[in-house]
Amino acid sequence: MSYLSAANMTGGYGKADILHDCTLTVEKGEIAVIVGPNGAGKSTAMKAVFGMLNLREGRVTLDGSDITALSPQDRVKKGMGFVPQVNNVFPTMSVEENLEMGAFIRNDDFKVTMEQVFTLFPILKDKRRQNAGELSGGQRQQVAVGRALMTQPKLLMLDEPTAGVSPIVMDELFDRIIEVARTGISILMVEQNARQALEIADKGYVLVQGENKYTDTGKALLADPDVRRTFLGG
Amino acid sequence: MEFLNALVAITNYVIIPATAYGAQLALGALGVTLVYSILRFSNFAHGDTMAFGTGVVILITWGFQAMGISFGPLPTALLALPFGIVVTSALMLGTDKVVYQYYRKVKAAPVVMVMVSVGVMFIMNALTRFLIGVDQINFADGARFVINARQWREMTGMSEPLTLRSTQVITVVTAILVVWALFWFLGRTRTGKSMRAFSDNEDLALLSGIDPNRVVAVTWIITGALATIAGTLYGLDKSFKAFTYFQLLLPIFASAIVGGIGNPVGAIAGGFVISFSEVGLTYAWKKVVTYLIPNWEPDGLVQLLSTDYKYAVSFTILILVLIFKPTGLFKGKIV
Repeated sequence: MSYLSAANMTGGYGKADILHDCTLTVEKGEIAVIVGPNGAGKSTAMKAVFGMLNLREGRVTLDGSDITALSPQDRVKKGMGFVPQVNNVFPTMSVEENLEMGAFIRNDDFKVTMEQVFTLFPILKDKRRQNAGELSGGQRQQVAVGRALMTQPKLLMLDEPTAGVSPIVMDELFDRIIEVARTGISILMVEQNARQALEIADKGYVLVQGENKYTDTGKALLADPDVRRTFLGG
Repeated sequence: MEFLNALVAITNYVIIPATAYGAQLALGALGVTLVYSILRFSNFAHGDTMAFGTGVVILITWGFQAMGISFGPLPTALLALPFGIVVTSALMLGTDKVVYQYYRKVKAAPVVMVMVSVGVMFIMNALTRFLIGVDQINFADGARFVINARQWREMTGMSEPLTLRSTQVITVVTAILVVWALFWFLGRTRTGKSMRAFSDNEDLALLSGIDPNRVVAVTWIITGALATIAGTLYGLDKSFKAFTYFQLLLPIFASAIVGGIGNPVGAIAGGFVISFSEVGLTYAWKKVVTYLIPNWEPDGLVQLLSTDYKYAVSFTILILVLIFKPTGLFKGKIV
């Protein structure tokens, strides 16, 4: 069984379903990317995995245990980390305090983890006393990812981490995400920049209207003429 | 010499009273701003919370006086203050449980919460009157002056008198200590930081595992404490009357909004902006003018506004700020 398995998810916010029998799995230390056109339910699928959406059908398991009924907070305790797309930092708190709040549920010493985050994102160490709201978009995303890493998650979920950042910063963020995955953390990520994201993905999911349309390795999807024509612009 | 006399007159009639009043407003505004930024509504019951807290402190003060307990040269009310804080904070927690909790659960709009707080205000209003009545009460005891007019004359030989009342010194010293403690709490402790996080970004705070019930409870406890301290200091400095405290709501809200609501530094700055404007505009400047401009005695009192209109000052400043700089001096949230 996969490390994270979200099988046959069906559900939505109101009466109408957004997800239809959608299945996502991620192995340990693997990067899985969800791509697809606007309104395909990419973010919704991720929210469903994180418990922010009521599922009518389907089951979510993490490391073999069923977490379908757990609240997002309890899922964090089980080892999930979530970085929302927007409003993902505490703007009037310093970078250091942001990381500290990320580690709020931990009762042990989190200094080592904070140092690891600073090693991963050296710029944050220089700006540790500065308020997160005063940082550039790319730096803020680093704070957001760093905050989520503070709980030492087994699975890190990123909702469009590169939205609104420059191409150079985007490449750097992707490099960092690969580094995170190398430490054994599984990554599930929604991305608008489908081509770049699939290049670093071990596994890619193309969602259309809340359904799995194509599922393969990132490389295979990039090579697939159908996927290229319909979703990657040739 | 004339210039020095003018300076002494300004210090005596404007700077000292306005500083004490400003400190009281700042403590009140801190309570309002805290509730606004963490619980996300304007708490109209804050003035009456101050009245209730002060009422409890007065009752306990009387108890202590009856038992013969005193605090030496300091007012007995300061000894009663911790007990008043406990009772008021308990009432805040009770009110939250009975009233506000429900409206949070149904995710009521902020304006609904404001109306709810108006309801709470009326209840607390009545509760305070049942508790201690409607009359004016002076409960300051201990030494009355740090410097009185005679001592001043002997010290300096100046004809212009200057007095410094002990309640004014107590107000400012207590306010400094309380503000220091509050900022230390918000900036250094885990619970304080979690409250700031909750204020900054509620969803992310929940995701980080911050317990909202705990944040709300601590907020109410601090609000109760701030209200009781502010009310007691005001009552010691002037006198206690339930209705006056209800009226204080306007300058307190003006202070919070002028400074930038949701911003603690702004609440303090706002308190002093309001107090100095109020005292400065309602002071009769005749004496100072006479000292400063030789050979001219103004006919009137050179008073810009009668003291009866002092609330108009807060109100005018409030409106000007809302029109021209709604975020306030220190970039609070937009109301």
